Amino acid sequence: MADAERIPGFNTLAIHAGAKPDPTTGARATPIYQTTSFVFDDVDHAASLFGLQAFGNIYTRIGNPTNAVLEERVAALEGGTAGLAVASGHAAQVVVMQTLLMPGDEFVASKKLYGGSINQFNHAFKSFGWQVVWADPDDISSFEKAITPKTKAIFIESIANPGGVITDIEAVSKIARKAGVPLIVDNTLATPYLCKPFNYGADIIVHSLTKFLGGHGNSIGGMIVDGGTFNWSREGRYPMLSEPRPEYSGIVLHETFGNFAFAIACRVLGLRDLGPALSPFNAFLILTGIETLPLRMQRHSDNALAVAEWLSKRPEVAWVSYAGLPGDKYNALAKKYTPKGSGAVMTVGLKGGYDAGVKLVSNVQLFSHLANIGDTRSLIIHPASTTHKQLSDAQKVQAGAGPDVVRLSIGLEDKEDIIADLEQGLTAK
Amino acid sequence: MNRDGYPDSYIRGILNTVKTIAMVGISPKDNRPSYFAFKYLLERGYHMVPVNPGQAGKEILGQKVYATLADIPEPVDMVDIFRASQFVMPVVQEALALKPKPQVIWMQLGIRNDEAAALAEAAGIKVVMDRCPKIEYGRLSSEISWMGINSRTLSSKRAQNFGGGFQRMGLGINNKREP
Repeated sequence: MADAERIPGFNTLAIHAGAKPDPTTGARATPIYQTTSFVFDDVDHAASLFGLQAFGNIYTRIGNPTNAVLEERVAALEGGTAGLAVASGHAAQVVVMQTLLMPGDEFVASKKLYGGSINQFNHAFKSFGWQVVWADPDDISSFEKAITPKTKAIFIESIANPGGVITDIEAVSKIARKAGVPLIVDNTLATPYLCKPFNYGADIIVHSLTKFLGGHGNSIGGMIVDGGTFNWSREGRYPMLSEPRPEYSGIVLHETFGNFAFAIACRVLGLRDLGPALSPFNAFLILTGIETLPLRMQRHSDNALAVAEWLSKRPEVAWVSYAGLPGDKYNALAKKYTPKGSGAVMTVGLKGGYDAGVKLVSNVQLFSHLANIGDTRSLIIHPASTTHKQLSDAQKVQAGAGPDVVRLSIGLEDKEDIIADLEQGLTAK
Repeated sequence: MNRDGYPDSYIRGILNTVKTIAMVGISPKDNRPSYFAFKYLLERGYHMVPVNPGQAGKEILGQKVYATLADIPEPVDMVDIFRASQFVMPVVQEALALKPKPQVIWMQLGIRNDEAAALAEAAGIKVVMDRCPKIEYGRLSSEISWMGINSRTLSSKRAQNFGGGFQRMGLGINNKREP
């Protein structure tokens, strides 16, 4: 296969990318290298590893062979040059921004994002001196207006959580290119099965592996994927990549590592020094999940479309926000960016408002009331009282999480059972 | 040869054939990419010959440095060029004047000179541009996968240990022992 000049398909990559048989034992499944550290071959080898002159393993905070399979797997599925696994999706965002921004710098972000990201950008990032400037994905020109000489990146979600918003990646990427900054796309809700942001001009992709890539609700994890497309050295605006690094005796990462320098910088400057390493056991569970990603994502999307269609006809329901629904505001973008389906997550506006939302989450029997998405199980939450509680009322509505809104993550159960549970939940006294 | 995308078989064929590699433009500084690549290829069993007029007569990693390709007193299989694209043509012309001619001209990551490539190819020499032999070796041996790099290879066969330790993978030809 290595020498055959054909490009493997997505299903094949989901199973095989990064996972050759173990070189020492021949183990076919990827072993869990549950170890903190790795023995050096000799003193010179140790020095070479620490100096980034050799490829190899030192310490699991910097890299681990189980995690490396996961990194290559996701990089291959996204069509990127390299990946870096970290402890969570939030950790991925911290490491990416720490590699790109200096104190006093700015980045532009879509204001329709996962509530946890809005909080992280508004509050935690302020203490690093990184200033978020919000833009509106429904008005692409707002991204261009938000650019200043201090802007170092643009951040969007491909499918936004929880509103069912699809961002016009290609249009935003043109603004990023013009401004000379990388476009970062959080591809968590779509996964590369539904959407390939690198094909539309993204430079960096981040994931919460916790969601559909792992897919079974058992492991927290995050991923950074380097698209290999951005010229970090052009204007010297990204000194972590373009300047000699005192941490590594003056190495310049971009000239040394070429089109995967960003992933290396995130590893050897970000992960090494900030410390949010992923457990190899989590990496193993997530890898096992990814093997069935194409099957699961298609079922998630097919079930979700059936549920969205059913809900949109219910008298208790004011509106359904799901990009896969014909007539949805984002349906045209969905046809372009997620033609195989629009994912599992939708929001539903209940005519009965806040109380109806509380009633529904209390009455469901099959749906689990919890703060996650992307499980095999169907999940439900009332964002206004949970994930988006810290936002102001205006921010809640902007983020698609007003008081009447319930978020659903449709699982892999029989769709008839999912619909029956919603029906009894909506009609229960 | 399509100069934008080399098949793995082409790169593997080169790395499995050449034995003596002259590296033009190598730096004696241990934080420079050329030094990294030189050291890595030396450790993988290639006979490495440093070429740098400013360092002629000195040694880099125990190997005697020559001022020019013509000064090297033995045949060279591959010339690996660590010079900016605009300085590549004279190096290629110098390589073509060697007797015997090298089999391969390799221009490093970020270096591309299509005119020089065409000249070499017309003389029957294989050309690679904008690639690093260290990265390509690590990619095809699967060693680079430890760094989360997309090796763009799939296999149900295990990678081969180079020998001399656990963390060195090989392509086969120079391996110290078969796994």
